[in-house]
Amino acid sequence: MNSFISSDLFLLTLTTGLFCLGGIIYRRTRLALLHPVLLTFVAMIVFLQTTGIPYSRYQEATRMLDFALGMSVVALGYLLYEQVERLRGSLVPVGVATLVGCVTGVLSVVYTAKAFGAERMILNSIAPKSVTVPIAVSVSGPLGGNVSVTSVVVFCVGIFGSIFGEWILRRCGVRDPEARGFALGAAAHGIGTARAIEIGAVEGALSGLAMALMGLATALLTPWMEKFLY
Amino acid sequence: MRGVFYILLCWLAGNALSLATGNHISGNIIGMVLLFAALCLRWVDAEQVRPAAKFLLGSMALFFVPYGVGLIESYHVILDNLWAIVVAGIVSTVAVLYITGRTYQILNRKNPGKNE
Repeated sequence: MNSFISSDLFLLTLTTGLFCLGGIIYRRTRLALLHPVLLTFVAMIVFLQTTGIPYSRYQEATRMLDFALGMSVVALGYLLYEQVERLRGSLVPVGVATLVGCVTGVLSVVYTAKAFGAERMILNSIAPKSVTVPIAVSVSGPLGGNVSVTSVVVFCVGIFGSIFGEWILRRCGVRDPEARGFALGAAAHGIGTARAIEIGAVEGALSGLAMALMGLATALLTPWMEKFLY
Repeated sequence: MRGVFYILLCWLAGNALSLATGNHISGNIIGMVLLFAALCLRWVDAEQVRPAAKFLLGSMALFFVPYGVGLIESYHVILDNLWAIVVAGIVSTVAVLYITGRTYQILNRKNPGKNE
């Protein structure tokens, strides 16, 4: 029994199944906090704790998913290609906003956490917190960050941005639909984009573009910025 | 299947370049740039990459579940720095929303023939 439930196939099937179940629960309730990914995290942790299967076994069993995550980073190149069409005519706002957003995102999170006394490993784990998870872990991993911390923090940032983003933007006097979509994608990556698509087509498109460009800019600039941060 | 091949090939080339340049940027990120460049230069047909790319991008959330479950071993790292992480995360997200939103809005207005 124990070798059955700790087999690769069982753990992969369970993970995928919980994820699908989470999707159904999410669609029924429409509560951002009940995101399928969060539900899968929690359910899987509870399962491993109760059965006593070590995390290293789980990690080994799900290596396939890790490989697919690496592939999906490359696939983001396709997303970038699809979105770049939208650049036409708005190269200046898009380019400047991406660069400013990327630098703001990294510096503000690093310096705020540093002021609270967080050590360098933590700072490197959360530096790429505004970009989509696969890129964020590809940035923080080589810098010596903890990829579990990165993925959870990035994910929570996305949830926070998708819930409060619109309200914050309104308070900040951002009314242009293009700017609102762009800011949501820049601050809250894929989860913000999902929210932006619900708001409207213009917001959704600009949000997708922002997510792709922020990912690229952060991936290229963070290792370089990291040298000057400390 | 050709889409999968192009994606893997870009990743492989990215890894090779990353290795050659001293591992400053991870190989799959260079691979992303290579795929983007190959599509723009029409070396690779976008139609052939689309199905594989759409599948990968659509299932991305499932792929990082194992990392999240890794919290089981590193939750203490977050708990030890809970305030730093929570405050920094919120402050920084608000800052990015404000800065990118305002910057885009201001520059977009100056653009003739746009919305306003």
